[in-house]
Amino acid sequence: MDFTATLLLATFILSLIALFLYIWSMSMGMFGDSAGAALTIFNENEVGLVDDPAATIAQLRELQETVTGDIPLSEELIKDDLRARAEADQSTSLVVGICLTLAVIWLLFASVAGLISSIKLHEPDWLTQYDWLTFGRIRPIHLNLVAYGWCSLAGIGVSLWLIPRLLKTHLVGVKYAIAGGALWTLGVFLGAVSIALGYSDGLEWLEFPWQIDVLLVIGGGLVGLPLWLTLLKRKVKHLYVSVWYIAAGLLWFPVLFLIANIPYLHFGVEQATMNWWFGHNVLGLWFTPIGLASAYYLIPKILGKPIYSYNLSLLGFWSLAFFYSQVGGHHLIGGPVPSWLITMSIVQSVMMIIPVFAVTVNLHMTVLGNFKALVHSPTLRFIVLGTMLYTAASIQGSVEALRSVNTITHFTHFTVAHAHLGLYGFFSMVMFGAIYFIMPRVMNWEWPYPNLISLHFWLVFIGFLVYFVWLSIGGWLQGLAMLNPDEPFMKSVAITLPYLEARSIGGALMTIGHFIFAFHFFAMGWKFGPKRLGATLIGSSLTNKIWSQFEGKNV
Amino acid sequence: MFKNKSFWEMDELRIIVGAMVILAFATGLLVVLPYLLLEDVQAPEGLKPYSKEQLAGRQVYIANGCVYCHSQQPRDPAQGPDQKRGWGRASIAGDYKYDTPHLLGTMRTGPDLFNIGARQPSKDWHLGHLYQPRAYTPGSIMPAYPFLFENRVGLAKEGEEVVNLPAGVIQDGHVIIAKPEAIYLVQYLQSLNHTYPALNSDIREKRDSN
Repeated sequence: MDFTATLLLATFILSLIALFLYIWSMSMGMFGDSAGAALTIFNENEVGLVDDPAATIAQLRELQETVTGDIPLSEELIKDDLRARAEADQSTSLVVGICLTLAVIWLLFASVAGLISSIKLHEPDWLTQYDWLTFGRIRPIHLNLVAYGWCSLAGIGVSLWLIPRLLKTHLVGVKYAIAGGALWTLGVFLGAVSIALGYSDGLEWLEFPWQIDVLLVIGGGLVGLPLWLTLLKRKVKHLYVSVWYIAAGLLWFPVLFLIANIPYLHFGVEQATMNWWFGHNVLGLWFTPIGLASAYYLIPKILGKPIYSYNLSLLGFWSLAFFYSQVGGHHLIGGPVPSWLITMSIVQSVMMIIPVFAVTVNLHMTVLGNFKALVHSPTLRFIVLGTMLYTAASIQGSVEALRSVNTITHFTHFTVAHAHLGLYGFFSMVMFGAIYFIMPRVMNWEWPYPNLISLHFWLVFIGFLVYFVWLSIGGWLQGLAMLNPDEPFMKSVAITLPYLEARSIGGALMTIGHFIFAFHFFAMGWKFGPKRLGATLIGSSLTNKIWSQFEGKNV
Repeated sequence: MFKNKSFWEMDELRIIVGAMVILAFATGLLVVLPYLLLEDVQAPEGLKPYSKEQLAGRQVYIANGCVYCHSQQPRDPAQGPDQKRGWGRASIAGDYKYDTPHLLGTMRTGPDLFNIGARQPSKDWHLGHLYQPRAYTPGSIMPAYPFLFENRVGLAKEGEEVVNLPAGVIQDGHVIIAKPEAIYLVQYLQSLNHTYPALNSDIREKRDSN
């Protein structure tokens, strides 16, 4: 006990000292040229110029007027800079197109699997004759297709697109990334088939048989390789905050996934702690960094103004890495694990408020004063909603880890709702926004039906709201019923039924939204719709000329 | 345009080293330390290793994802009324000596199963309940598992395991025969009995668990 108490105390004190040192050094201005670094993502004279390839010309004009109040002229933009960016985009278009297309396909399968699982919870005799459709198989298929199919491939695609833009050069080693993406997808496919056939490693988040996991480890490593090759050729002095997150995420994931899947190493209760070390780190050290990297690039880019504070982003990055990596134990509160481990995880879960505060202040201070811009920029709408839900999910997570709250929510649907707030509300929303921004550049074609973007947004927004609110309430009531020894256990089942049904409705709306999104995605892929003279294709320069023609007229 | 590099400027080396040191620290705390602490945990005297059939049944449990609704970790009375529900004493690390992969679970859509073998020892009950849970527990939302059984018009052959179901669950003239998977699964469920005393635990601080 002495040992564990000492360890805990030491960890805690170390964290606090580091934090105060950090804040002190920040106040002493020891971080150097922070403003310069925040400007890295802009070309010269580009600050103040909005950008959203998913917006129509009219929307773009409104957006520009909302943000800066006037329309800057384009001639000031340096041609060489634009050429460098075009080169960066061109070097990634194939691999990004492949990754995002696969991600969207996985999203559809994952949504259908999720919806079937959800309905099965209140219709237990529906589709029971097929073993591969039983709840205990279709649910992990849903989870794995979401996590490794949709989220990971979307994240990889977006990262690969961002890297050369952030480093102002072309992507080096595209062929490794394509090979990596192919291996990864093959792994996801074989893994899902294995679960359907009943071959599972049996651990949540790690169901794929370890033989198949090899494909994901190698694929993940290959996808990361171009990042490092491109870094060697970078033409920028400062590494922008998005690069830190992407670089760290691409390092962390293969290591996490490899350690977690080493066969015949983990055992019994140790395996349970490892399971949640992985389960939480895959969120905190893989999806969160990629999601934040996208938001840190796209929000300033769309609004044409640099992020609020470089120093805060530094604090956010290191404190996220430090605290998030140790929170996993709170999934085992009350379980047969050493109690110091759980206490430590609860402490670090609460400490997560620091990185969340840093990111939240930074991103929202950048948006502050420009909330009207959300009306005009389809991309920004998704991303700002996503970052707001990031804040919500993180604060909820910190509170949920507290023993008193966890006692009620542990083992209930409340946790499921919370997981969706993070991976859907935050990550998937940011990915939707990023894809709307990126695809016009990749395809050299505009989104053919701008109204479908709105429809997609409102369907998934309302669907998710229904999903989250009702499932959280149902889970909370379930937890209270389970804690009451005077009520039979079946009470805790019966009480959730209406909420589970509401969740299916929310999930159905989300699924419809995804099909509309996918339809639009492929309509663009086949180049439906008119080829408009939009901002999308030609960049800001020509757009501005068009704007000046439209000025004063209602478009 | 840019000043000289400050000490805090982020570069590739700093990201790699920092990211890996932090991950190593977390891995040390959450994976390596538990590994070293739990490596030598002995099985309690009352715990028997699984038989071949029970292990096969455990695989059926894993294949069909029972863990997504059922935990196997009764908790201390301070955490919840698990004991009052008859789910057993708080489990200790030694109870899981033979449990790889672990099946602790994080969800209680259904009840905890760590002592289901003691609570419900009847083979007939388990087989029938797997075939149609709602014939035994009205309002249950557990899926039915008809694919673990054969629904035959006619008679069972010798050596086949006929499931005794309550009246009205199947039509007249049908018999329900348990496939080997169902039989193994039930043998595993029956083996889930950790009611022996937990004395030799020094990993978890024990509160009064009776």
